[in-house]
Amino acid sequence: MTEQAAMPLRETAIVDAHRALGARLIEFGGWLMPVQYGGILEEHRAVRERAGLFDLSHMGELFVDGPAAGDGLAAAVVSDPRTLAVGRAQYSMICAEDGGVIDDLIIYRLAEDSFLVVANAGNATVVSDTLADRLAGWEAVLDDRSLATSLVAIQGPASVGVLQALTDIDLGGLRYYAIAEGAVAGIPALVARSGYTGEDGFEVFVDWGLGADAWAALERAGRDAGVIPCGLGARDTLRLEAGMPLYGNELDRATNPFEAGLGRVVKLEKPGDFVGRAALARLAERGIEKRLVGLVITGRGIARHGYPVQRDGRATGLVTSGTHSPTIGRPIAMAYVHPDDGEPGTILTVEVRDQAVAAEVVSLPFYRRPR
Amino acid sequence: MAPSDLRYTKDHEWVRLDGDVATVGLTAYAADQLGDVVFVELPEVGRTLAQHATFGVVESVKAVSDLFAPVAGEVIEANGDLAGSPEAVNGDPYGTGWLIRVRISNPGDADQLLDAAAYERLISDG
Repeated sequence: MTEQAAMPLRETAIVDAHRALGARLIEFGGWLMPVQYGGILEEHRAVRERAGLFDLSHMGELFVDGPAAGDGLAAAVVSDPRTLAVGRAQYSMICAEDGGVIDDLIIYRLAEDSFLVVANAGNATVVSDTLADRLAGWEAVLDDRSLATSLVAIQGPASVGVLQALTDIDLGGLRYYAIAEGAVAGIPALVARSGYTGEDGFEVFVDWGLGADAWAALERAGRDAGVIPCGLGARDTLRLEAGMPLYGNELDRATNPFEAGLGRVVKLEKPGDFVGRAALARLAERGIEKRLVGLVITGRGIARHGYPVQRDGRATGLVTSGTHSPTIGRPIAMAYVHPDDGEPGTILTVEVRDQAVAAEVVSLPFYRRPR
Repeated sequence: MAPSDLRYTKDHEWVRLDGDVATVGLTAYAADQLGDVVFVELPEVGRTLAQHATFGVVESVKAVSDLFAPVAGEVIEANGDLAGSPEAVNGDPYGTGWLIRVRISNPGDADQLLDAAAYERLISDG
């Protein structure tokens, strides 16, 4: 135990609703968050079959505005936000000089000179500070509104029907990875068609103090369609099935985008320099030393974070994330392995409590929603 | 309420005593704390267990938890249905969610188990 006094946990504007629903609350990224309500499996299935409601107010929301907002961001992150049309979004990463990942992000273009950068809860402060440093000298202003913004997500095939009844925005005209401004239940909001579940869905950004109202409106509107509140437990099983990385598991300072299979996000040829460019160019040329793969466990046992992975008895890597997959009905995992051992179809083993449990390398994602 | 015909451990296991055979499972309180059980690992028949030794593992979506032998003895049966239906631990913890049956080697071990009232006090204080 350390001698430091523990930082008090932050609570979202919606926490009272979670308590009233009997949610199990845990610490996550410095916040008190619901991990489950009725149960992770039930919540997971609800999102796949109907829709689920998530309080994501712990995430970071950083607004970057100004004539050089696009140029400044392009110099700070690995992607090129200048290529975004107004109202569109891109997945990105902010890297250190050595190419290590500081965070993964979604960047939304709100207007010609206006961007919203969404960062993970645990990295919001670091990303805010790093962006502020990197934007110095550019004609752009960073406004960290993480603590001024509540975020409610509705994810699942029933999302569009439930949300359309509450908003003036034409959701039929809102493509995946697009964002629009309007009102939800009369509350001014930014509505993004994006998410972390592999389903169709929306992320609704409102002013902090209106988070509980937005949550209540969506909950009420979704009841007939069987929409239920979902916690971080289901959020994790859903994103793993969808093959999406979790910062802290698949991505960290010691990992570069190429190892994580995210080389397409790095735009080495974009005009202008960016932090990490030289190191990433060298890494792109040199090749990767480890490779992120998907594993379906064919033996008996659940592979979890940190478990060793072998090929023919020889150590080849470590599991980064793993759980029982409710949709596939088997345990699944992501792992870093030696590049030679990462071809789909390769049979590996995962060490689960001293037993070598058989696993097969598969292409990601494990699950794709029906179109 | 914890069934009054069973005995309990502070590790939230229940024990049904029938002569020198003990049937062991997890209480409803334990199952609720764990959340959805997705995997159960049980010992082979014939294995000898010391009292308080770990005899297997129960896994929820998010966590792995050890199972502790409430009494010493030899494993005479393990619930094979849990391989295909681990959710029985949540749905029917005192019935089809049973874990193992043990032939008790030390009769004195059973005396250390809590009765239902004592177990209820334990979980309401905890």
